[in-house]
Amino acid sequence: MTTTPQAVRRASPRKRRPATPAAPDPSAGLLPQPAPVRLLNPDGTSLPSRDDYPEPPVEVLREMYRRMVVGRRFDAQATALTKQGRLAVYPSSRGQEACQVGAVLALRDNDWVFPTYRESVALTARGIDPVEVLTLLRGDWHCGYDPAGRRTAPQCTPLATQCVHAAGLAYGESYQGRDTVALAFIGDGATSEGDFHEGVNFAAVFKAPVVYFVQNNRYAISVPLSRQTAAPALAYKGVGYGVPSEQVDGNDPVAVLAVLTRAVAHARAGHGPFLVEAHTYRMEPHTNADDATRYRDANEVEAWRDRDPVVRLEAHLRARGVLDDAGVAAIAEEAEAYAAGLRDRMNAQPAVDPLSLFDHVYAEPTPQLVEQREQVRAELAAAEEEGA
Amino acid sequence: MATMTMAKALNAALADAMLDDDRVLVFGEDVGQLGGVFRITDGLQARFGDKRCFDTPLAEAGIVGFAVGLAMSGLRPVVEMQFDAFAYPAFEQIASHVAKLRNRTRGALSVPIVIRVPYAGGIGGVEHHCDSSEAYYAHTPGLKVVTPATVEDAYSLLREAIDDPDPVVFMEPKKLYFTSAEAELPARREPFGTAVVRRPGTDATLVAYGPAVPVALAAAEAAREEGWDLEVVDVRTIVPFDDATVAASVRRTGRCVVIQEAQGFAGVGAEIAARVQERCFHALHAPVLRVSGLDIPYPAPMLEHTHLPSVDRVLDTVARLQWDDQPDSRWLARGSAA
Ligand SMILES: Cc1ncc(C[n+]2csc(CCOP(=O)(O)OP(=O)(O)O)c2C)c(N)n1
Ligand SMILES: [Mg+2]
Repeated sequence: MTTTPQAVRRASPRKRRPATPAAPDPSAGLLPQPAPVRLLNPDGTSLPSRDDYPEPPVEVLREMYRRMVVGRRFDAQATALTKQGRLAVYPSSRGQEACQVGAVLALRDNDWVFPTYRESVALTARGIDPVEVLTLLRGDWHCGYDPAGRRTAPQCTPLATQCVHAAGLAYGESYQGRDTVALAFIGDGATSEGDFHEGVNFAAVFKAPVVYFVQNNRYAISVPLSRQTAAPALAYKGVGYGVPSEQVDGNDPVAVLAVLTRAVAHARAGHGPFLVEAHTYRMEPHTNADDATRYRDANEVEAWRDRDPVVRLEAHLRARGVLDDAGVAAIAEEAEAYAAGLRDRMNAQPAVDPLSLFDHVYAEPTPQLVEQREQVRAELAAAEEEGA
Repeated sequence: MATMTMAKALNAALADAMLDDDRVLVFGEDVGQLGGVFRITDGLQARFGDKRCFDTPLAEAGIVGFAVGLAMSGLRPVVEMQFDAFAYPAFEQIASHVAKLRNRTRGALSVPIVIRVPYAGGIGGVEHHCDSSEAYYAHTPGLKVVTPATVEDAYSLLREAIDDPDPVVFMEPKKLYFTSAEAELPARREPFGTAVVRRPGTDATLVAYGPAVPVALAAAEAAREEGWDLEVVDVRTIVPFDDATVAASVRRTGRCVVIQEAQGFAGVGAEIAARVQERCFHALHAPVLRVSGLDIPYPAPMLEHTHLPSVDRVLDTVARLQWDDQPDSRWLARGSAA
C-alpha cells in the first residue's frame, strides 16, 4: 500500500499546532447530497449499489412496474375523457409515475397521503376506484372517495395548504400513540407558497412524522423553476428548518423508492419530518387546457423522453430476470382492461341530486339552509310538473 | 354567585372543556407559559401540561392548518388568533379548508375546531388591533360565527362552540374582556343558535351583537328619558342566525334599529336589516335603520370615538323611526345620494 504525503501528515498529529477542536457542523445530516440519488442509468442498467440507499426487494419493484404501467394507461384514458367532454379538465401525471407510485409503495395502508390535483396516478396506485378519483374532474362532487377510509386527504387545489394539514395530522396521530406517517405531495412551484414553509416548520418543531415529497417537474404551469427559487435545489429548503433532506432522480423508480423508504422510516422512528425532492418532468401540458408550446421547447420534452421511468424500470427488471415478454404483455393487458372498465363506467351520466347541496354544509343544516332547501325542492317539483 | 370578568369566564370555559374532554388541545401564540396576551389561557399549561396547552411558531395559517390536521386525527383543537387583524394570514385555511372540508368530503371529514379571535375596538388600540372582522367569516358558508356580550354567555357559548361538530369562529369583544358581572358557573343554558332578549320594551327593537350590546342597553336606558321603551335583542350567534327571535321582537315593537361596531357597508347589520324587512314588512311602522362604524379603516386611538357607535348616535337614529308618521327628512333632501 502506498501512502500519500497527505496521509503521512495526518498520521502524525503532534506536528500540528494544537487546534481547538473544530465545532461540529450543525447542518451535517440535514443537507441533501449535492447530486440527486440515482441507482439506475437511464437505460435501466444498475449503478454501483450503495449502503445509504439499498435497492428495494425485486418483487416490490415488479409490483411498482405493474402499478406504473396501469397508472400510465389510466392517465392516457383520463386525457382521452377530456376530449370526449367527460372530464372538465385533467392534469396529467405522465412522466411522474415513478414518484407517484414510489410514494404509495413506501407507505403502509394506514399511513396518510396528502395529494394535490396532480396525483391521480398515486391515488389509483393506492387502490382507490378510478371513477372516484375522477369525480372532482367529472364535476359531480368535489371529492369522490372516502378520505377517512382510504387515509387519503381530498386532492388539494389551494397550493401548499395541505403541507400544514399533514403536519397536524401526523402530530395528532403520534400524540395519540399511533405510528402513522403522513406523506404530503407538493410541486416545485408551490414550494414558494407560505404554507409549505409553515408546514415544514410546524412539522419540525413538533417532530411530526411527515415526509414532504416535492415533485420538481420544472414548471408551475408556465413559470419555470428559476422563477421559484435561487436555491441550489429545492431539497436545500429543509436545512433552514432543521429538516434532513435528500434529492433523487425522480425518473429512476428504484432510487425514488429507496429514498422514500428511508424517509418514511426516519419519520416513523420518531425523528421528525424528512424532505425529499424528486427531479422529474411533466411530459404533458399542465392540463389538457394548457398549451405548453408557448413556454417550453420541443427538444426539451424530447430529451426527457429518453429518461422515461417506465421504460427504465422495465429494462431493469428484464435484466434481473424477473420480467419477460409474457410478463410485460400480461401487465399491458391488465392496464387495457382497467382503462376499458374506466371508459365504460365514465360513459354513464352520473346522478346528481340538487337537494344534497344542503346536506353537508354543517352537521345539521341551519334554519336558513332548511328554508333554501324547501325553496329548491319546490322549484324542482314545479319544473317536473311543467315537464310532465 | 361570584363577580368575575369575561376574561375569567372564558378561561374557566377552556379549563372545564379540557377537563371534560381530553381531546381538547389549546394552542396559539403566547398561550402557554404567558397565558395569552389577554390572559384567557392563564394557568392552562400549568394545570394540563404543555402537551394540551402550548405555544406554536408565529404563523397563523400554520396554526389553523395544523388544527385542521389535528381534527382529522380525531382531536378537538381550540386555537387563539392573537388579534383580529392577525388572523388574516389564516384566511385561506379558514375559507378554503376549515369551512369546506365537511362539504367537500360529504361528511367523511369534519373540522370541529374553535378559532378564538379577540376583536373590535374601543380599547385605544393602535392600527391592526381593533378590526371587526366578523363579516368575512359570516359570509363564508360552513363556519359558525359566535360572539358573546355577557360574562355568562362567554362561558356558555365557548363551551357550546368546543362541543359543536362544526368549526366555530369565536369572536371575543376585547373591550368587554375586563367588564365584570355576577355569574354562576358553569352557566350552560344551551344558547347556541339562539338570540336573546336582553331587555324587554314595547316601542322599538335594538338588535345588536358583541361589543354593540352594551351600547344598545345604555341607549335603551337613556331612551326612557325621551319616552321610548326600547327592547334589546342580543344576537349571540351570527351564524346560525336566529331569525325567529329577532322577527318576533320586531313584530311586537314595529320598529327596528340594528347596531354593529363594524364598518357598515356590506356588514352583518345590513344582512340583519334585510332579513327583518323581509319577515316583518307589515308590522313595520318605519324603515329598518342601522347604526354602525363609519366606512373607514379603523381610526387611530384619538379618533376612535368618532367612529364607534355611541349612545347618542343610537338615540338620534331611534328618533328617525318616523314616530309622528313623517318620512325621514334625511331621505327627502335634494340631491341624488338618497
Ligand atoms: C394558492 C394558489 N394559487 C394559484 C393556484 C393556481 N395554480 C394551480 S396549479 C398551479 C401551478 C403549480 O405548480 P407546481 O407547484 O409546480 O405543481 P405542478 O402543477 O407542476 O404539479 C397554479 C399556479 C392555486 N391552485 N392555488
Ligand atoms: Mg411543477
